[in-house]
Amino acid sequence: MPGLKEIRKRIGSVKSTKQITKAMKMVAAAKFRKAQTRILELRPYADKMNSVLTSLAQTVETGHPLLEIRPRKKVEVVVLTGDKGLCGAFNTNIMKAAFKLIKETRSEGIEVSVSAIGKKGTDLFKRRGLALRQSWVGISGRVSYLNAKEVTNDIIENYKNETFDEVILIYNEFRSALVQKVSVARLLPLAPVKAEESASREAAADFLYEPSQQAIFDNLLPKNLEIQVFRALLESQASEEAARMTSMENATKAADDMIAGLTLQYNKARQASITKELMDIVGGVEALKQ
Amino acid sequence: MENKLRLDIVTPHGLVLSEDVDEITAAGTEGEFGVLPSHVPFITTLKIGILIYKKGNETGYVFVNSGYAEVSPDKVVILADSAERAEDIDVDRALAARKRAEERLAQAEKYDFARATAALERSTIRIQIAERKVAR
Repeated sequence: MPGLKEIRKRIGSVKSTKQITKAMKMVAAAKFRKAQTRILELRPYADKMNSVLTSLAQTVETGHPLLEIRPRKKVEVVVLTGDKGLCGAFNTNIMKAAFKLIKETRSEGIEVSVSAIGKKGTDLFKRRGLALRQSWVGISGRVSYLNAKEVTNDIIENYKNETFDEVILIYNEFRSALVQKVSVARLLPLAPVKAEESASREAAADFLYEPSQQAIFDNLLPKNLEIQVFRALLESQASEEAARMTSMENATKAADDMIAGLTLQYNKARQASITKELMDIVGGVEALKQ
Repeated sequence: MENKLRLDIVTPHGLVLSEDVDEITAAGTEGEFGVLPSHVPFITTLKIGILIYKKGNETGYVFVNSGYAEVSPDKVVILADSAERAEDIDVDRALAARKRAEERLAQAEKYDFARATAALERSTIRIQIAERKVAR
């Protein structure tokens, strides 16, 4: 059995760890609330944008470069992780899904290039010896629309240059504070959009365009992509903070359990040493009496 | 509802307005346009401007900072970069923004001309709406 002093020391260190995890939980909770508001505000806009595009895409047969479907020879996988750890399985789940997708696509004989958003993903790919096409670090934590723009511009440019024929984005979709889901979404090419809504829109066959169809598409398609990327960034951020909140909560609970166990052990050891001392004294007195 | 238009104004910062209205006038990049129920499907880009809607005897003014409008026979969806209802406009902030933009335009060589012009336009229209002196 470890000595009294050692146990006391361990209790002290577990207590200070608990303080840290508790503080981190609180910080994550505050950040989470902010991120949650942002994503909940953006969702209606992103959804409406999508439905506008859906109704447009059904009626149009333009040769817009972003709508064109090319044979899949090279696929770009964009992996969205956080910059920091200590958030449970948040980053691990993403990476697992990413590696699986990369492996599957490669086994089909398709070339894969990988880009990472977030420090964790960047580091992990590097450690695995995977060359990254592009890496953006320092976005998570303070996501702004400009970040989405930067990423989108790069993707669009390379897509137009035929560096790759398809772009897939892997990110954590925010469901609730307790549930995050790894989501694999195809960013490009944009078409063909599902014909779900077509029933209600059968009459809306011919749109009038102002200034012109081409101008609208040139404007709307990149914008939509930006919004989808922005949305993914915000979804991921809300998920990250939620995951961190939960895992720090668990860590705090674990620390509590540990402290309880150690305290019990400490008391037992203390009692044992008192008993032992008493026995020594009693033994000594008895010896003197004789 | 019969002969009503559903007007939805959404921005990346949330839903600004969602109401059944009778008539809408908005500023497209190619000029102002009006929408009544059963309008032909129509899509356009919007410039910085005022959106006016009529609902019974009520008239509402909304500041719209560029975006898109999708018009279908019974529905109008405005996707704006930002939008504010007349009553939500921060007049002091708009006045300050106009002053700043004017100062910047006065020393055009030091600042981005396009940005300053856009800022001036935004603040001017915001102030117009807030004062209900809609230019018509």
